[in-house]
Amino acid sequence: MHTPLLQMTGITKRFPGVKALSNVDFRLFPGEVHALMGENGAGKSTLIKVLTGVYSIDEGTVRIDDRTVTIAGPLEAQKAGISTVYQEVNLCPNLTVAENVFIGREPRRFGRIQWKKMNEDAKQLLKERLNLSIDVTLPLHAYSVAIQQLIAIARALSISAKVLILDEPTSSLDQNEVQQLFGIMRKLKSDGLAILFVTHFLDQVYEMSDRITVLRNGELEGEYMAAELPRIELVLKMIGKDLKLLEELPKLSEEAGEAAGTMMINASALGRKGAIKPFDLEIRKGEVVGLAGLLGSGRTEIARLLFGVDRPDEGKLLVADSGSTVKSPRNAIDLGIAFCSENRKTEGIIDDLTVRENIILALQATKGWSRPLSRKKQDEIAEQYIKMLNINPPNPEHLIKNLSGGNQQKVLLARWLLTEPDLLILDEPTRGIDIGAKAEIQKLVLSLAKQGMSVLFISSEMEEVIRVSDRVAVLRDRMKVKELSSSEINQKEIMQAMAGG
Amino acid sequence: MGGKLYRHHLFWPVTVLGALLLFNLIYSPDFFSLVIRGGNLYGSLIDILNFGAPLILVSIGMTLVIATGGIDLSVGSIVAISGAMACLTISKGTDQSSFLLVIGAVGASIILSVVLGMWNGALVTITRIQPIIATLILMVAGRGIAQLITSGQIITVSNSNYEYIGAGSLAALPFSIFIVAAALLIASLLTRRTAIGLFIESVGSNPEASRLAGLRSKTVILTVYIFCGLCAGVAGLILSSNVSSADGNNAGLWYELDAILAVVIGGTSLNGGRFYLMGTVIGALIIQTLTTTIYMIGVPPEITLVVKAFVVLAVCLIQSEAFRKTLITRWKKRNYPAEQEVTRHA
Repeated sequence: MHTPLLQMTGITKRFPGVKALSNVDFRLFPGEVHALMGENGAGKSTLIKVLTGVYSIDEGTVRIDDRTVTIAGPLEAQKAGISTVYQEVNLCPNLTVAENVFIGREPRRFGRIQWKKMNEDAKQLLKERLNLSIDVTLPLHAYSVAIQQLIAIARALSISAKVLILDEPTSSLDQNEVQQLFGIMRKLKSDGLAILFVTHFLDQVYEMSDRITVLRNGELEGEYMAAELPRIELVLKMIGKDLKLLEELPKLSEEAGEAAGTMMINASALGRKGAIKPFDLEIRKGEVVGLAGLLGSGRTEIARLLFGVDRPDEGKLLVADSGSTVKSPRNAIDLGIAFCSENRKTEGIIDDLTVRENIILALQATKGWSRPLSRKKQDEIAEQYIKMLNINPPNPEHLIKNLSGGNQQKVLLARWLLTEPDLLILDEPTRGIDIGAKAEIQKLVLSLAKQGMSVLFISSEMEEVIRVSDRVAVLRDRMKVKELSSSEINQKEIMQAMAGG
Repeated sequence: MGGKLYRHHLFWPVTVLGALLLFNLIYSPDFFSLVIRGGNLYGSLIDILNFGAPLILVSIGMTLVIATGGIDLSVGSIVAISGAMACLTISKGTDQSSFLLVIGAVGASIILSVVLGMWNGALVTITRIQPIIATLILMVAGRGIAQLITSGQIITVSNSNYEYIGAGSLAALPFSIFIVAAALLIASLLTRRTAIGLFIESVGSNPEASRLAGLRSKTVILTVYIFCGLCAGVAGLILSSNVSSADGNNAGLWYELDAILAVVIGGTSLNGGRFYLMGTVIGALIIQTLTTTIYMIGVPPEITLVVKAFVVLAVCLIQSEAFRKTLITRWKKRNYPAEQEVTRHA
């Protein structure tokens, strides 16, 4: 057997009050895809950041090519042949695609950047290695998140890498793009690259990886060959508890059944140019309506119209109880609507504030500035939701930006649940969240619906949509193409409607 | 426990202020001495508080504006306009010593300052001009307005009631100190006892997310600009009353820069978000103490600004965690920028 390209031994990393990693071993072989698995807060991100020099190592050693190395910064990691593509695209949106690919390594002559050569190189790189033909002179923000992700990968590829780290690369890609990415990964693998692959999609783990390392609570659970580790075993090792939680789920949705409440919100021929073609949608009280569709099919756009973030330019939107339409997010909240955005970084969390402040923000905004919640009340609320949603670390005074993505999501959920909305719009509430938390959130949605809350549930995971929804609206190419009632909901129907033809 | 003290956001500002005072004590042992003359306290410390009062006021307003991610360059001009307005009103009055006249003058100035603040806020929120440009307009135009009010002259008034604002004494202390204390108290109560502080920090940290959480970001921003204008207006009253005259050209000159400096020294980030009112007050006191110190030790006038610049640079560097880390890690030869971020807030 060949020797590992990268060998990390006894890695320990402490943060004030938290031991993020303790005595973790990890290795990467050339020509292999190695999946790093674990729940939120298991230490995956920390391990990657240690490996890429973002964090220092408190204890342990890193060996590359049988030489002990100290990686003291992202630049040194690059020099050591380690390239990373992070979950949230880490590029500069206002620079051109070519600039992003070659930033810091621009082709120069006499100190002057050779723009023409750079643009051509970038174009060629994207074309050859990613099969992507785009205008590389446009700014990055002109492209969708999916394309941006591919550009980030192109950038990593263009740096002569021995180790490629892909941290949740597929979470914002649609099915075709995922396959395109996998094609690229297979090619790179055969070139002898060692790929560290982090994802929450089990399918993708088993489709791509040769080896799996499982972390739990900052400790090494074990390293396994993918072929020898059954899925159910993997999940057990990740969550470290029995599977009852997952098995319960299908039962719950059956119990929920058909809801025949009165109308909550009604959109007729509602549309906005360039966002979503006119659509009809009715949500009744106590009903969970799922929105299915590929990335960019118009799911989020519908949610934004219903919450008054964007203004429709045609059609009507009626909130039943008040008989009025939605004019702004503030107005929407007053009408009993809550919207948990999929972009939790830019549209959800308030970085500088604590978990407690983030939770109470929407409720406080509703009450107005002159009627502050007392500190005692705030503490009670925070404690209650931290317990209920199992937010980790369970400290309400932690700054939210230091929480993991999944826990930030839970805080946002808490913020909206606290406002006791009549209609809760959840846009990708389980993205980047571990299986245990996913099940908790799904369960929560169902129990809320039972208490009479309406839910609009948006997710790219079809199983999840099917599991929780009473009715599913299917979108394709920014158009609502089909609506399935509870008896008609099944994967095949939805898939066909999503794919069209 | 020591670690906690060290991490407190006021640790560095207080340390710097303490160091400056200590220097003064060593240089001139009677720096701290206070004497009672004619029922009033006199001494260098009192002077610092008294002369620093307008700057502290302006800085308090500036803190809130900066916390929303904005900036207000027009405060110096508003100081000049406010003083000019008050002096003009008084000079036009028939009975120069009338108390009502002073009330009218003060009222007119304050209303004008609020309108000017509203103008800034409206430019930022409604026309969505970037704050630095939006307030630059009034910074430049404001000097013109002030001169227009004073017809290009320096208006001198003699009204003992008006003089009281900036030069009077209450309970043996300068009256201006009480104005500042009241403003600080009001600002603290409003921001920490109501939800305004939370809203300001939220809007400053992430305006879009705040809007989606149901905050009326525009109202919040408009309010802080109005408050900032109001603070600058009152500061203008104190300044002009102290010298019983209004100088459209020079009153409050460069105040905006000193105020921004005070806010930054106090620990509030120019990116918006968390703000520290007490930090700002100490920051303003540091600047005022520095000015006093420079005069006291007799730095030649032609290089006072250079000396001040160097001290300010040193203060900013000491306060910068990145800089301190760099100094420390020179020996260890390691640097993890992202980690500092984590450990600082953890």
